Amino acid sequence: MLAWTIYISFLAALLLLLLPKNSAAAARLLALLAAIAGFAVALTAFIHHRTGELLTITRIPWIPSLGIEYHLAADGISLCLVLLTGIVAIAGILFSWNIEHRTKEFFAFYLLLIGSVYGVFLSYDLFLLFVFYEIVIIPKYFLIAIWGSTRKEYGAMKLALYSFVGSAMVLIGLIAAYVTSGIHTMSLTRLAQAHFSPHFQLMAFPLVFIGFAILAGLWPFHTWAPTGHVAAPTAASMLLAGVVMKLGAYGCLRVAMTLFPLGLSPWGFHILGLGSWRDVFAILAIIGIIYGASVALVQKDFKFVIGYSSVSHMGFILLGLMTLNQIGLSGAIIQMFSHGILAGLLFATVGRMVYDRTHTRDLNILGPMNLNKAIPFAAITFVIAGMASMGLPGFSGFVAELMILIGAWRAFPILALCVGLGILIGIVYVWRAMQKAFFADATHGEAVTNDHHTSSTEALPPITLPERLGALLLIATSVTIGLYPQILLKLIVPALNSPLFDGIRRGSWQ
Amino acid sequence: MTYTHLLHLALPEVIIVITSVIVLAVDLLILRNSATKTRFTAASLLATLGCAAAICHLVYAPQRANLLNGVFLSNPLINSVQIILLVLSIFILLLSSDSTFTDHVGEFVTLILFATIGMMFLVATEDLLVLFLSLELLSLSLYILTAFDKLNPRSSEAALKYFLFGAMSAAFLLFGFSLFYGFANSTSFAQIAAAIHAAPLNPIVVIAIVTTLVGFGFKVAAVPFHFWAPDVYQAAPIPAATFIASSSKVASFFIFFKFMTIALNGASGGAAWMHFATGWTPALALIAAASMILGNLVAIRQTSVRRLLAYSAIAHAGYMLLAIVAHTPQSLSALLYYVTTYALTTIGAFAIVGVVEQQTGSDHLSSFNGLSRRAPILSACLFVFMLSLAGIPPLAGFFGKFFLFVAVISTPGLVWLAILAIAGSAVSLYYYLQVLKRAYVTNPDDDAPLKTPPFTQLVIVLLAASVILFGCVPNLLIH
Amino acid sequence: MPFLSILTALPVIGAILVALTGRKPKLARILALTFSLAALALTLVIALHFDHASTTLQFQERHAWIPALSIEYRLAIDGLGLLMLLLSAIVVPIGIAASWHIEDRAALYFALVLLLQSCLFGVFTALNFIHWFTFWELSIIPAFFLIKLWGGQRRTTAATQFLVYTMVGSIAMLLSFIALFLATHSFDFIELAHLTQANQLMPAVVSTLGTHRFLTHHLALLLFAGAFLGFAVKVPLIPFHTWLPAAYSEAPSGTTAILTGAMSKMGIYGFLRVLLPIFWPQMQLVLTPLLWLAVATIVLSTYSALAQTDLKRIFAYSSINHLGYCLLAIFAAAKFIGGDASLTAEKYAAINGTLLQSFNHGLTAATIFWFIALLEKRSGGLRGLHDFGGLRKAAPVFTGLMGIALFSSLGLPGLNGFIGEFLIFKGSFPLVTWATSLSAIGLMITAIFILGILQKVFSGPLHEKWSTFADLTTGERLALAPAIALLFAFGLYPQILIAFFNTTTMQLVNQLKF
Repeated sequence: MLAWTIYISFLAALLLLLLPKNSAAAARLLALLAAIAGFAVALTAFIHHRTGELLTITRIPWIPSLGIEYHLAADGISLCLVLLTGIVAIAGILFSWNIEHRTKEFFAFYLLLIGSVYGVFLSYDLFLLFVFYEIVIIPKYFLIAIWGSTRKEYGAMKLALYSFVGSAMVLIGLIAAYVTSGIHTMSLTRLAQAHFSPHFQLMAFPLVFIGFAILAGLWPFHTWAPTGHVAAPTAASMLLAGVVMKLGAYGCLRVAMTLFPLGLSPWGFHILGLGSWRDVFAILAIIGIIYGASVALVQKDFKFVIGYSSVSHMGFILLGLMTLNQIGLSGAIIQMFSHGILAGLLFATVGRMVYDRTHTRDLNILGPMNLNKAIPFAAITFVIAGMASMGLPGFSGFVAELMILIGAWRAFPILALCVGLGILIGIVYVWRAMQKAFFADATHGEAVTNDHHTSSTEALPPITLPERLGALLLIATSVTIGLYPQILLKLIVPALNSPLFDGIRRGSWQ
Repeated sequence: MTYTHLLHLALPEVIIVITSVIVLAVDLLILRNSATKTRFTAASLLATLGCAAAICHLVYAPQRANLLNGVFLSNPLINSVQIILLVLSIFILLLSSDSTFTDHVGEFVTLILFATIGMMFLVATEDLLVLFLSLELLSLSLYILTAFDKLNPRSSEAALKYFLFGAMSAAFLLFGFSLFYGFANSTSFAQIAAAIHAAPLNPIVVIAIVTTLVGFGFKVAAVPFHFWAPDVYQAAPIPAATFIASSSKVASFFIFFKFMTIALNGASGGAAWMHFATGWTPALALIAAASMILGNLVAIRQTSVRRLLAYSAIAHAGYMLLAIVAHTPQSLSALLYYVTTYALTTIGAFAIVGVVEQQTGSDHLSSFNGLSRRAPILSACLFVFMLSLAGIPPLAGFFGKFFLFVAVISTPGLVWLAILAIAGSAVSLYYYLQVLKRAYVTNPDDDAPLKTPPFTQLVIVLLAASVILFGCVPNLLIH
Repeated sequence: MPFLSILTALPVIGAILVALTGRKPKLARILALTFSLAALALTLVIALHFDHASTTLQFQERHAWIPALSIEYRLAIDGLGLLMLLLSAIVVPIGIAASWHIEDRAALYFALVLLLQSCLFGVFTALNFIHWFTFWELSIIPAFFLIKLWGGQRRTTAATQFLVYTMVGSIAMLLSFIALFLATHSFDFIELAHLTQANQLMPAVVSTLGTHRFLTHHLALLLFAGAFLGFAVKVPLIPFHTWLPAAYSEAPSGTTAILTGAMSKMGIYGFLRVLLPIFWPQMQLVLTPLLWLAVATIVLSTYSALAQTDLKRIFAYSSINHLGYCLLAIFAAAKFIGGDASLTAEKYAAINGTLLQSFNHGLTAATIFWFIALLEKRSGGLRGLHDFGGLRKAAPVFTGLMGIALFSSLGLPGLNGFIGEFLIFKGSFPLVTWATSLSAIGLMITAIFILGILQKVFSGPLHEKWSTFADLTTGERLALAPAIALLFAFGLYPQILIAFFNTTTMQLVNQLKF
């Protein structure tokens, strides 16, 4: 049943291509319906999910000679992310309602992307997972290259190549695991129990982990993220930051860490105080948190602020993964969900509500437009999204960051303090962007402001209904998770206790 | 053994020979005064029928035989390779049915058929003499095909280049073969293998191996024997270029693999990283590595799509050589899968280049601007072919690479080659995307829809469908 | 009935309704006032049902919330909580009344005020750190926007300073509590206090997190510092106070009334509910520096007030000064925890004084800022010390009533300001004589600048400009009357208040083995 999330998206993408020319309205509607249907399927599965259950959807041999299966299944973690994909997909379509240029192609690529993302989250065969993971790259490229702005071709190509290099590393690792295991299978569950030698795991783990982490925006491999996000059209940035980066983080957890748990064990020696890959990646994650936040703090381009904030938030996820304890890992997954929603909301505000109306993203130009009066809805949305993203209690971001912090305190007490600094800078950059973009003072030259007021500000078209709906959907989700995270936790915690994660739990180095 | 028996065994080849005679006769005698286009259609249809008949024979009356100690073999593996070759020829013939570039239609089609015959013998032998003969039959046909566009001086130039290089490499090959003969007193692979096994790495053998590698390296356009490829790919008539890029590759790689693994198995050496052992694998590993690196890097700078495909072909040759370096049964099936899907994809890509060239007069990247709006179906197919070449799932190219890499990594010590190959394929995405970017992102200079001959379009779509199909269900091809 | 949940939810509902009124400022302010009065009524109901003699927590609501982190939804009040609830319930209507003139985006303004009130109620009732922290943090947002959107000339700087300071404090506090959680697996204030009582808390923390030599030795102090920072910024304690004068003076007066009246009490509440019960051993370790800080807060703030000419800034510093007394008393009481039993009465007085002082300061300060709001409305925004003169003649009733509030602030016996300060000095003097003596300087200077205000603004020759200065209207008089009445009532019968929290104070004192 859940597999229909994938099929519906792909089918709708195909149907879209078959629509006659000049049927933009029909294309939008079809895409929206497909996204809603996908979400409905996900929601149904979510409601019927029994705690701790591993839901096998399909399992048939695919390439028997290599022991590859078409194996779709979902545990709590997959389900969370599938749900996230559903929500972000709907919101993304709502925020792309104004796309007029090659509409049906846009939505076709969009749904292709969505379908593959669902596929990654539902695959339990590594080969299948990799197949979906690679398919994602292509629509991403075209969405940005065709419908983007500001250096779109550069951004798109950079993104595509970074992802491809990452997936190449993953591929090497996967084939090596397949060959080394000698059990002739690509099944995640079976390979996870293959007991690779510690030496092999120490070699393969960083390869696969970095391969996935490139897509998760791990510092210093993050540079594709800001450029890509900025170049992308709104819906694509929402998806990129919202779900595609999660693919990377998901891969780190689902593949790298479950297959090679011993890759995290100590090397037996120290370099610069680092004694294991775990330390290395934790440090990189924290550098990412602080670096992303600091760079976001000095950006002039509104969208770059959000782009770098994604780097910072993804750092939290990776740090959560590296804590290796249940709270930290759960926190990382909630952060995946939460950041998915919030990044979507932020990009929607900046890209759709503000940029599409003012045609500028320069914070210094936006300031005098007095946007909090011109488009108050956008201002309020941004304030809420910003608060949630800086980790204010009551929103999903807080729960996630809290759990990661707890996990980090337990695992790396000193580093947790640095994370505190990162959170602080996070607050400041959100606040700075918000002030500059929406609440800049009209004090410098009343006259100038008035001119703007009459000429440009008044002319801004009002916020449309689809935008309102999309924003409300995302805000409601964030608040719901923030106030009652148990909804997700009751899926995640049993999943983390499943045999799949034995390796991480058992880790003798803890 | 009688001649009837021999003819019976070689019936598929005989069918093709007869077909070529019929084609020539029909074209020259009956259709002499018809329009070029009609003549092309008729000739290629006839030839297609012949090929189809040969395929039917191979499918329904498969043989098992080993004549004269390996001079002529027939077994399921060889039969299926022959079927693949015939199918590829059919595609090429069908695609050339709309061509108009020459008056000598009968000759052109006949030459394609001759080349096909050469390839069919090539894959069916384990004897140096027959190998050389059929290889020359193939090569000579290709030289002429390359020069066939007489109105285009570059075509002749490319053909001359091709011919000179080819002749030299044939000399190398022949020299090597003669050394083998002198060493083993036999032209049979098995005898050579036995002789080498008895005395591996005799200086004569080493020289023979080197010269043979040069010869084969030329055939598969591996670095540093690749110089002819870009020019030929760029200037030859589309069907000829397609032929060189696709089916001739299949045949050459198959026989290359067989020769190396059967005859020279005793002198393979080792190509493990930092643990090279004397033999042909380290040499071949270096050739492969050089091809992958050079092919991929130079392709980035190309603005002519044909040259781009040529350099990418060099890179792909590098990947395929890995299978020979690994030389395990698994790598043979990986190689066959790879080269077959690669051939299908290349035919499709060249066909599209042909259409675009015909309409815009150039194969420059800018001719592809806005193709998605001028010819949506064609550009969708281009999308499939390019991504398959880049190795994006779920297209056939990806699975080819996957099987190949699995085979390579399974062989101890070859991980470094696999890493190089995977890195190379990451680079390759860049230039394949350049083509697609033109087609999908850039706005067209001219909004007029591109006229694609419906039949060609059908064939291209068929090819694209098969690339997708073999990608989604790779089992169909893995025997 | 879940009284406390309803009480917290009531202003939120009000806020939503107010926000929906759109461009009808009149409707918005009436609706807002109605809701805040309803909240006041509900608080009074709670106060009536409150069992003065009981030592247990009352009106408790307890549900599982995030079991994975053993976070509960736990609400309850004791005397301390009730006092703060009452204060918030009284101060917010004053704030709304003082903002009566706001026309620009009034719906949003009053909605934010009500949200702020909800956060206040949440902070004063929640007993689980995370639950409490949620409201603690959320309260910053409406406050920020109230300053940012309706403030004076330098509102942006003021709002940003306010935000950054409080956020830094909050994060430090969060990190500390996470550490406590890791050791004890509890976020519950009451449980944590019990653990401290049993002398198990810090050993557990050190054994869990003391992986590092540095951590083993200094972890406890570090955690205390984190939590302390959070509260010290809020109160504020010098040198963490620099955000306050700007914020208080730039905010619209109605907002300032709430900020100083109720929000600053969040800090005092935190000291009493959290720091004292959970961290007193660490507090004792660094008591001397803390006392110095308290003395500095008391004395320096009055000096600064003396140097100001802006009425709002003067009272901003005066607020720092008044809350400084509270901290002095708390630190003084902390000094002898677990020590001398004979000083029980003094500690008891000090703590009672703290509570009274924070309540009465809230009430008085809110009233004063209300008067300033009225003054600004009449003067067109002017509020400098030297802008006026002789208002007594033009507006005698105004002068009289504001005088009462000022004298209350000065600590005149008979008015509500006196009793709290008296108890604090009475209790603290025997405990920390030197610090208390030094603090007395603050009392004197306060008297000087309050009298200075009376003199410069109200007496002297009437400036021509102000000859038409309107006295209080009947409506304003009626509105102000209850507030003034309360100043007298709590001054004359402080027992009304003490009755609420007496038992709690006793228990606090006993629990801490005074």
